[in-house]
Amino acid sequence: MNVHPQSDIASAAATPAISSAHDFLYGQAPRPVSCGRGVVIGAGEVIPEVNFTLPPIDIMEETWPEVRAQYTEMIDGVCKRAADLEVPALVVEFETLPPMTVFPEWGAEITELLAATMRRYGETRGLRSALRLTPNDTRDHVRPPVMRSGSYWDGMVRLFDLAGPSGADMIGIESTGGKEIHDQAIMDADLEGIVYALGVLAPRDMRFLWTAIVQSCRTHGIVPSGDTACGFANTAMVLAEQRMIPRVLAAVDRVASVPRGLVAYEVGAVGPSKDCAYEGPYMKAIAGVPISMEGRSAACAHLSTVGNIAQAVCDLWSNESVQNVRLLSTNAPTVSVEQLAYDCRLLNTAAKTRAGAEQMRDWLVASDAALDPQAHVLRPEVVVKLSALISGTACAYQRTRIAVIATLDELARARVAGEVRIAENELRWLDQFRKAADGLPECEDEFIAEMLVRYADAPYLPGEYGLTA
Amino acid sequence: MADLQALYTAVLEGNKNLAAETTREALDEGANPEELLQKYMIPAMDEVGRLFEENEYFVPELLISARAMKAALEYIRPKLAETGAKPIGKVVIGTVRGDLHDIGKNLVAAMLEGGGFEVIDLGVDVSPEKFIDAAREQGAQVIAMSALLTTTMPGMKSTVEALTNAGLKGSVRTMIGGAPVTQRYADDIGADAFSDNASGAVRIARQLVGA
Repeated sequence: MNVHPQSDIASAAATPAISSAHDFLYGQAPRPVSCGRGVVIGAGEVIPEVNFTLPPIDIMEETWPEVRAQYTEMIDGVCKRAADLEVPALVVEFETLPPMTVFPEWGAEITELLAATMRRYGETRGLRSALRLTPNDTRDHVRPPVMRSGSYWDGMVRLFDLAGPSGADMIGIESTGGKEIHDQAIMDADLEGIVYALGVLAPRDMRFLWTAIVQSCRTHGIVPSGDTACGFANTAMVLAEQRMIPRVLAAVDRVASVPRGLVAYEVGAVGPSKDCAYEGPYMKAIAGVPISMEGRSAACAHLSTVGNIAQAVCDLWSNESVQNVRLLSTNAPTVSVEQLAYDCRLLNTAAKTRAGAEQMRDWLVASDAALDPQAHVLRPEVVVKLSALISGTACAYQRTRIAVIATLDELARARVAGEVRIAENELRWLDQFRKAADGLPECEDEFIAEMLVRYADAPYLPGEYGLTA
Repeated sequence: MADLQALYTAVLEGNKNLAAETTREALDEGANPEELLQKYMIPAMDEVGRLFEENEYFVPELLISARAMKAALEYIRPKLAETGAKPIGKVVIGTVRGDLHDIGKNLVAAMLEGGGFEVIDLGVDVSPEKFIDAAREQGAQVIAMSALLTTTMPGMKSTVEALTNAGLKGSVRTMIGGAPVTQRYADDIGADAFSDNASGAVRIARQLVGA
């Protein structure tokens, strides 16, 4: 593994790696990451990261030849088009489907298949590439989830260990610790439950999980990349898009997920963060790691209101995921890689001058930021401002509490200043959340004691998070 | 005398304690449980659904109203049973085999309960056999299935087929939903109904049971 020097990233109250919005640009991270076959992420250019998945199919022994054929078709189409379009480099994310983590040898077999094709295109077409393997967090296959032992955990660890030998260059994950509480809390607009999930449970699980991932990656010489609040803030984002929950709640949830994400970097992950981690700009600002982002390019997977602004400070630009279905031109994964390649080409052309990079970033920001509170919290100057506040303490709970309060303050200020549009029927929620936030105790122990009682009957096991009920 | 308009308002505004207390008081005073349900509680939930569909209410408001309705139903159901009146209907619900994404399913379950249905929630990763056994054992009129992954959607088809093989197709109706699921998919696999939102799911379930 060839990773640029790391300091004790975010391991204590610290100054963020990026302290000025002026220095916050796409394609450039304070701590770039080298991986795969000649790929350097965050060192000046934005690189496409493509992800793809199967069309509807049962994954079982009988269908395995078809599964292999689908992945063979997808990776070949993607690599060929990337080489034809002369991308600076290509990152492929293979996010396993649950049976491929439950039966890790299946996941390893597809990893080998993908890596072999990527190597071949490197040798024959000069395509620089890296493969990110993202095993599933299958621990919630049992309810309540067992987080630190059992066959599902064993399967995940086995796939972590098989990743390097199978040809993966990075490991990422969408971890789910705390989701048991967060799922209901987000539907109930229960701010205390959200903070308990994101500020207490999730960070404890992240520390446990990422310590294991980092150890495995170091053993096999590959990159422990990053996590995502996909199961948390993206759930909120999608629900907000469907007008099921207020957008201000989704915005608060996004920033509240930052301290959770930082834990991975505290224990040795180096980036890039996962593409669906829309909180990525905060990771880049605080920990200095390169980030993968997705926006309008991911409309094939889900809709959002941050299609342009999500790209403003990205280092990898992704499509999230697309099914292998036939479109008029060719198969969808190949279409995705072409769209990403052209997006990256435009960004990198603009960035040939500093003024060009700043102009492009500012257009990406300005085109979205005023229209939705979720976009507003991704403005580079807002990210820098809130990151400084979040970084001011080392405790994940305290960071989460501060993130919530500071985001609510920022949204209220920005609305009055005319910088962001917040719908009339959401204003009552801003007030309610502010009252709830004011009630969050400063002392973590006091908060945990309250939550253990309040969620005594909830479908989770406090002991799996190192808490004693 | 219990203020029955207060029952309507309590359900509409999600005041669980007031809804339960008003219902108890009204029943103690001899009110007709069927009338309480049909004249005050269901119209209140219908209004909640309307406000949601018009983007005035959000899901948290739907849920607190559904919980207020459920609290009131705790008093109504035994009285209804005494009169021989049948509940609106019984629904077996779960995510299909291999799918663990249950936020949508939980929301639909809560809304169905709020809509007066008896709901048997089988949880996640439910096999076709388990759906059918539960429907048969519980005498359910509807099986409601949810999937988030394209790779688990075939579990819906398998369940519909298993229902046919068990000779229950027609007597037990199926409804499906979830992000990748469409009306066309429902038509393709022979499911009886599809909904892309929780409020609509209640309306469709009512149609399926003829309520």
